[in-house]
Amino acid sequence: MKKDIILAGVGGQGIISIASIIGYAALEQGMFLKQSEVHGMSQRGGDVMSNLRISHNPIASDLIPFGQADMIISIEPLESLRYLPYLSGEGWVITNTRPFNNIPNYPAIDEIMREIAKVPHHIALDADATAKVAGSAKATNIVMLGAASPFLGMAYEKIEDAIRFIFRKKGDKIIELNLSALRAGCDFANQNM
Amino acid sequence: MQKLLLLGDEAIAQGALDAGMSGIYAYPGTPSTEITEFVQNSKFAAENHIHSGWSVNEKTAMESALGMSYAGKRTMVCMKHVGLNVAADPFINSAITGANGGMMVVAADDPSMHSSQNEQDSRFYGKFALVPILEPVDQQEAYDMVHYGFDFSEKYKVPVLMRITTRMAHSRSGVVRRPEIRKQNELRMPSDLRQFVLLPNIARKRYKNLLREHASFITESEASPFNKYIDGPDKSMGIIVCGIAYNYLLENFADRNVPCPVLKIGQYPLPRKLVEKMADECDEILVIEDGYPIVEELLKGYLGRGLKVKGRLDGTLPRDGELNPNLVAVALGKPDTFGLPVPDLVVGRPPSLCSGCPHIDSYYALSETLSVLSHGRVFSDIGCYTLGALKPYEAINSCVDMGASITMAKGAADAGLVPAVAVIGDSTFTHSGMTGLLDAINDKSPITIMILDNGTTAMTGGQDSPGFGKIEDICRGLGVEEAHIRILKPLKKNHEENVAIMKEELAYAGVSVIIPRRECIVAIDKRVREKLRNK
Repeated sequence: MKKDIILAGVGGQGIISIASIIGYAALEQGMFLKQSEVHGMSQRGGDVMSNLRISHNPIASDLIPFGQADMIISIEPLESLRYLPYLSGEGWVITNTRPFNNIPNYPAIDEIMREIAKVPHHIALDADATAKVAGSAKATNIVMLGAASPFLGMAYEKIEDAIRFIFRKKGDKIIELNLSALRAGCDFANQNM
Repeated sequence: MQKLLLLGDEAIAQGALDAGMSGIYAYPGTPSTEITEFVQNSKFAAENHIHSGWSVNEKTAMESALGMSYAGKRTMVCMKHVGLNVAADPFINSAITGANGGMMVVAADDPSMHSSQNEQDSRFYGKFALVPILEPVDQQEAYDMVHYGFDFSEKYKVPVLMRITTRMAHSRSGVVRRPEIRKQNELRMPSDLRQFVLLPNIARKRYKNLLREHASFITESEASPFNKYIDGPDKSMGIIVCGIAYNYLLENFADRNVPCPVLKIGQYPLPRKLVEKMADECDEILVIEDGYPIVEELLKGYLGRGLKVKGRLDGTLPRDGELNPNLVAVALGKPDTFGLPVPDLVVGRPPSLCSGCPHIDSYYALSETLSVLSHGRVFSDIGCYTLGALKPYEAINSCVDMGASITMAKGAADAGLVPAVAVIGDSTFTHSGMTGLLDAINDKSPITIMILDNGTTAMTGGQDSPGFGKIEDICRGLGVEEAHIRILKPLKKNHEENVAIMKEELAYAGVSVIIPRRECIVAIDKRVREKLRNK
């Protein structure tokens, strides 16, 4: 099994946490992993992106080739479109629909949604609202991870275990909130596939 | 043994801790910063009194490392590629003095300029200084190379350069540590106490010695575990591939079997015999290297006659920018792959000054002050405030290298551009601005210097600022007149008052220093969160 994942968003939206959770789950199953990200300039409210590759066989490149990503997980709708050249023909775009508008020329959201709808395989949900319902407005990124969980090629419980590990120092309450955010995202994906 | 998931930077730091390093020296710079931060956050390092505090700049870092090496202990000095320009003087000369305790210099290059002003290739510096260079292919090799590099440095008494790129520095992968942690060296003086005295008659001998040793470096490269000749049946082409580019090559062969001979390079100077072998048995050679076409140029020679070499110089690969698997596929004659095009509506989302950033208020006040004059008077520097070049501020007219704001303003004022303004951050000021300020004072240059003091080295993630609490003392000490050191608080409510101060100082026909002082908004947030956590 091999999954090539593009994680996208705006600096501070928590894509590195998603990478850490999937990464931990993959390593626990004896898989190989490479994850590449760009620090520095991009963190000041600019677009951020990370290449995450997990596989049962050794991985060569840190970078996913264009046209070969299995999925794009984006915490922001405009950002989900920026990396379409990476997506394979069978690949999924899994994106939040809530805009993060910090630029003067942000496009109209319905036009963005029209472009997302053109991608053959896509899941779009308001992860901010879902996170709030699940009990923690901060867990938007975990809702998105939940929405991507049916496509990761690993048992759902492994991702839950990884969340328990990654948030182990934050206490049981935070862990439970994140687990229900994960569940909410996963349920949405299963109903809207 | 269990694998650790480490960034390339972290793998290097862990390697250094496990190899018995006594001190690390650095000035923060993307993508090298996390090497030193890993040591700063290490309990093991603290317990074993391993030095890890920030240096004022890369030159002082390099010299401190050389001093630690002189005293017989293992040391590492880290910087981004342009930092090696700042440290070039001690670096080049450290090859002549040689090392005593193991000394490793890590330079992190930034092909495609993700967060830099150029994409210079540090391997040129290694070649220039005639020191061995290590270039890892992955995080495991980065870890292993540190141990090897310290051994090499102590065996030949020479500093060893490790060259990484952004992709290696900021990519995570599993790393298996060595079973044993090596002890630090004892204090041990150089056997010849004149080794480090580079008077011409000693330097000449030391240089001849370095040239002699260079032959051994080539022999070592030929036997190095990091240089591998992997044979293949198709001799119509041979491939020489350096560092991380090897991964992009393998990515193009699902079974990892490349049909033609491949020479994987991880250690320089180039392994001459292995290169000769490839030249003898292959019709042409493709060189794949991230950064500048150094190996390609070396093989091609000035006239480019004889050996047929393909790479970045003949257009087989692009002349600039970071490599990736697709570019390598095309160079190999394989089909390119591409997903969906980016929709036209997708606009750029450039980084910007944070909401509430003190620089915003400083720039609005400065721009209003200057609005009555002709445009193009603001020389700036390297830091968050460089984002003042972008909309909506468009407040600065230069960003060249650390410290250049003050000296360029001085030169422009010398040419008759009066008033001229320099905008520099507190950490950049102590890095390389202080010396330029002394030039301006000695010449009584009519310039106004704004030292934006946010109390931290913000751009690289909020490291300690070496001049914290000392900025106006430094200015006074260098000779700025007391009446022309003006401290203000960059806040919207102080706007009129701040503009008035700026107007006064712009009118003064000498050196004035204005210090807009307010803590970085990100630093405050971090401080408050840490406080809550510790409660």
